[in-house]
Amino acid sequence: MEGVLHQFLSGIASGAIYASVALALVMIYQATHHVNFAQGEMATFSTYICLTLINAGFPYWIAFCITIVASFVIGVLIERILMRPMQNAPVLSSVGVFIGLLLIVNSLSGWFFGYTIKSFPSPFPNHEMFDGYVSGHELGLTIVTLIVLIAVYLFFRHTKLGLGMRAAAFNPASSRLVGVRVGWMLALGWGLAAAIGAVAGIMVAPMVFLDPNMMAGILLYAFAGALLGGIDNPLGAVIGGFVVGVLENIGGAYLVGTELKLTLALVIIVGVLVVKPSGLMGRAVLSRV
Amino acid sequence: MSEQQTLGAPSLTAVETSRPAGWGRWLVAACLLLLAVVPTVSFDSYHLFQFTMVVVYALAVLGLAILTGFNGQISLGHGAFYAIGAYTTAILMYNYDVPYWVTLPIAAVVCALVGFLIGLPALRLGGMYLALTTFALAVAVPQILKLNALQDLTGGVQGLTLDKPDPPFGLALTTDQWLYLFCLGVTVALYVVGWNLVRGRVGRAMMAIRDQAVAAEAMGINLSMLKTRTFAVSAMFTGIAGSLGAIVVAYVAPDSFNFLLSITLFVGLVAGGAASIPGTIVGAVFVEFVPNWAGDLSKAAPGAIYGALLIAMLFLMPAGAGGLLNTVWRRLGRR
Repeated sequence: MEGVLHQFLSGIASGAIYASVALALVMIYQATHHVNFAQGEMATFSTYICLTLINAGFPYWIAFCITIVASFVIGVLIERILMRPMQNAPVLSSVGVFIGLLLIVNSLSGWFFGYTIKSFPSPFPNHEMFDGYVSGHELGLTIVTLIVLIAVYLFFRHTKLGLGMRAAAFNPASSRLVGVRVGWMLALGWGLAAAIGAVAGIMVAPMVFLDPNMMAGILLYAFAGALLGGIDNPLGAVIGGFVVGVLENIGGAYLVGTELKLTLALVIIVGVLVVKPSGLMGRAVLSRV
Repeated sequence: MSEQQTLGAPSLTAVETSRPAGWGRWLVAACLLLLAVVPTVSFDSYHLFQFTMVVVYALAVLGLAILTGFNGQISLGHGAFYAIGAYTTAILMYNYDVPYWVTLPIAAVVCALVGFLIGLPALRLGGMYLALTTFALAVAVPQILKLNALQDLTGGVQGLTLDKPDPPFGLALTTDQWLYLFCLGVTVALYVVGWNLVRGRVGRAMMAIRDQAVAAEAMGINLSMLKTRTFAVSAMFTGIAGSLGAIVVAYVAPDSFNFLLSITLFVGLVAGGAASIPGTIVGAVFVEFVPNWAGDLSKAAPGAIYGALLIAMLFLMPAGAGGLLNTVWRRLGRR
């Protein structure tokens, strides 16, 4: 029983990471109906920026903040330069651009920062907590992620800009009529998604070590989480992310072993599509003829 | 040399069913025939190997084109079917001493079946969901192949090393030359099948689903069934390409079928232009030669050049090389 509890708590910690990445995916999906396949690589790139800053002598939290801002800017630029012209292109083209972006960012990470696996510092105490159930880092990353998630929630609920972004995603034409600058709202959404991804990358790096392909598996779990919760529902995606984290850890420990962990994500994705394609909290897809 | 002659067949059917033959089309067919023979006699074994891989990739990209180009379903995981085809052939040859040519139909059936099963849930929904599911499949496949429980069958991380087959009937060819002709023959035959499939009744139904799903359904097309069957056919084509690939390379290992392979096929599709059968050949040439060239150009970041080329193609020529070929082809027919 203690083992299960331990796995459950570790699952919550990895779930926090999946939840953040899933939230980043959903933010872009809601606004544009595109799934950003490059989300993971962008987060990895941000993590490298942070490591470079730390190595250059910046204190951890300063480096953290600079990285978040830089990632935000990169996200906005990507939307402005690459995604804007593809706005009305067929799905194949936009998927192609995302794949191209994935290749470019992955390759640049390796080129700028090297392909060797690097360790990443953790700002949290290293010792076990609560009778060894969670490590200091796991607890710290869960808290940081929860702060980010709550901040995002408050931003969208209680600020005018957040309202504008929701409006732009919900109904671009009407928003434009009441004076919301839809194009910039989409760019801000990209920036926010990149920033949230950066937090996830920085938080997960001490656990899995940093290399250019660090986020590939995490992105897959985030997909599974987003689908499970409903890909058009941010709250659902966050809950889905946590559920997938717990399933992955308990399933990995007692069911399939570490060898098949990625396959578990595939099974979750296919399972959701078979049983409830709209996810737990998503809306069913209706199209007007 | 029957393989070369059948290469002209696609253009024959095209000409017979549409309009009187323009001399330009015959010229193109003749040139293609000549081009297909050239590598056999005049290339050293390394370049011949590259051309054999072009033929193999062409078949794999054709499978993807049938799905994405003509049916509008996006797959980012066709490398998985390539892997399944390759492993079916390798396991049969290595563990059960089955002759290499017998493994092709078996791999075809296996891949079609797996494709059908994967497609069944994912195809009920829009394009993004299928892209997601196949993405997950592509990432998961190497892990499944490395599985300890299957190690006796698959050779685990080490993979399986195969023997290259000798030319039959005492033909005076080297092994590489024979393999090239063998792959060319299989691929040309399957191109004819693919061409006829796309131009026929089923092909029109596939394109109707791509262009206007609701109208297609109203006309009595069973959407999910036809989409799933298209997926199965597409998986079968790519799977056979995987089989040929395994025979040619004479080696299979989990890490040669990673996510990058799926990306490679996808890039080939985009380069060729999704809905173009001749374009798939251009796409195959692209994915075989451009990575080497990108590697020469920049040792540090070949992936960045590859990705930048992909994005540039999407921006500058969304119809791919196939769109260009199509225009030329029509001009030639008109004369």
